[in-house]
Amino acid sequence: MTPVGFDAPPHEAQSREGTLMEPSGAAIEQHVHVARFDRASRWLHVVIMLTFLGLSATGMPLLFSEAAWARMLARVFGGFHGAGLVHRVFGATLLAAVVWHIGNVLYRAFVLCEKGLFWGPTSMVPQPRDIADLYRQMKWFFGLGPQPKFEHFTYWEKFDYMAVLWGTALMGAAGLVLWFPVAASRILPGWMFNVALFVHGAEASLAIGFIFVVHFFNGHLRPGKFPMDLVIFTGSVAVEQLREERPEEYERLRRTGALDARCVPAPSHSLLRRGRIVGTLGLTLGLGLVALILYAVAQ
Amino acid sequence: MWTRSVLCVAAACLFSTAAAAGQTAPKPPANEDCLVCHGEADAKRADGRTMAVDAKHFEASIHGPLGCVDCHAEAAKEVPHPDKLAKVACASCHDDVAGKYHDSMHAWAKEKAGLVGAPACADCHGTHDITPHTVKTSRVYRDRIPETCGSCHAGVREKYDTGIHAAALKKGASNAPVCVDCHTTHAITRTDTDAWRLSVTAECGTCHAKVVDSFRRTFHGKVTELGFTRVAACADCHGAHDILPAANPASMVSKARRVETCGRCHTGANERFVQYDPHPDPSNYSRSAVLWWANRFYWLLIPGCFGFFGLHSALWYWRSRKNGGRS
Repeated sequence: MTPVGFDAPPHEAQSREGTLMEPSGAAIEQHVHVARFDRASRWLHVVIMLTFLGLSATGMPLLFSEAAWARMLARVFGGFHGAGLVHRVFGATLLAAVVWHIGNVLYRAFVLCEKGLFWGPTSMVPQPRDIADLYRQMKWFFGLGPQPKFEHFTYWEKFDYMAVLWGTALMGAAGLVLWFPVAASRILPGWMFNVALFVHGAEASLAIGFIFVVHFFNGHLRPGKFPMDLVIFTGSVAVEQLREERPEEYERLRRTGALDARCVPAPSHSLLRRGRIVGTLGLTLGLGLVALILYAVAQ
Repeated sequence: MWTRSVLCVAAACLFSTAAAAGQTAPKPPANEDCLVCHGEADAKRADGRTMAVDAKHFEASIHGPLGCVDCHAEAAKEVPHPDKLAKVACASCHDDVAGKYHDSMHAWAKEKAGLVGAPACADCHGTHDITPHTVKTSRVYRDRIPETCGSCHAGVREKYDTGIHAAALKKGASNAPVCVDCHTTHAITRTDTDAWRLSVTAECGTCHAKVVDSFRRTFHGKVTELGFTRVAACADCHGAHDILPAANPASMVSKARRVETCGRCHTGANERFVQYDPHPDPSNYSRSAVLWWANRFYWLLIPGCFGFFGLHSALWYWRSRKNGGRS
């Protein structure tokens, strides 16, 4: 597939975007897409998403043990034993996925000597430009300037990513202490179980609220993306979308001539459908759990 | 003996004359008629068991205003009545209580398992001298409950007497728990049912409210709150009948015995393990500084995080709507 029309003026890009909206499959397939997430990253997101949903649903009966729905939700997983088992299996899977990811990043950085992982335009590490972007975005909210020209990852995406790393490390460590208290007591004093349980619960409240409200809004539910952004499932964005949403990245790719190499076929219909199914499932379950929390808090 | 026989016959004559005069149903005998035979302190049945009724005790009892035949209905038909009368049916008046008793462990033992020694109403409440549980001399007065239950459950009573609750009761703390507070009075169930075990924790909380609150913050407390008894509740660590304060070395939760107590579930528990606080209080700095700081940290982090991103999302939504839904 040949990338075409990269130098087209904005109004032409607009008209092409219009064709995206049309139901014709051919129109979509003719479109140029740019790779954003590789297969491993997409699968990592699916694994994190499913395990996080499962962990939330099996952990919430304990976190909100006084809520009217707590016993019912625990029973869905076969009571305290079943919910505990599912929670541990999902927890171990999530921990393994994140450990694999960290290992993969270290491998890419130190064995493959890949550049730009820890700093630069494509890095997940927060950098001064992210603070500037946040400041400009706030100004844009108030109508005091244009929206910042984002790069490969925006500041809120980096925050999400760092929160998952930090949260999984902390909750995973606390979870393992609670899972194996006798083993943990060989190195830790018993009162650390109290701290572990508290931190596990507090961090869970933070994570559940953050993912199912803030991440859902930023990534999927806000007016520009509603009802969901399928890029995390399909792995690619239309070039027009890239140019609009991440102008700096688009410019950099164009300038360095890397755009051609990043071009991929548009996602197939079946991939889009699978993405919509998984995305709808995730959004529905997540928002359902938020509704349960709001109900418990209102009680 | 001779006197009584004569009197009995006399009473019978009086009774039948009255019945004949009435021409209708025989007038039931008055208490005095019954006492003619039963009023003698040495009155015995054919098999030698006593059949004496102390009229003074009966009149002082809560049933004093009632007639003998209100309970011993069969005796109303003829005097003297046959040797064997039907058992008194307390349920004919106290049907609500009888229903509870009927579902209880005691009734099951007596009626289904054939344990003839298992108690029915009279074994705890007495017979002719029944007084309400508010009367100090009543068998079912709070302070006397351990003695009454202990007349069968002697081993448990022995344990109970060594515990802090019995000591408090003896010192006059009338709210100190006795048997019926946890086991209930009439609806006594098996102690291995989940429902009963969970109810005990709530019962402990009626006095030890703060302690149970702190327990509810723990994994043990949350799991039991969900209705599962696999994890420790009050009695699993503190004991049931012979609860002793932690300062007493014999207590299950004393420093000397904690490893053993925790180790009953957590095989391999050690000295470091038992530094766990089963009743944590994050607002108490001196109890655990680390927990206090963790609590402080999250009380800043969670509202801060949600506050900032909540505002961020709200502003973004507002801006997007103003821009016609773009970006």
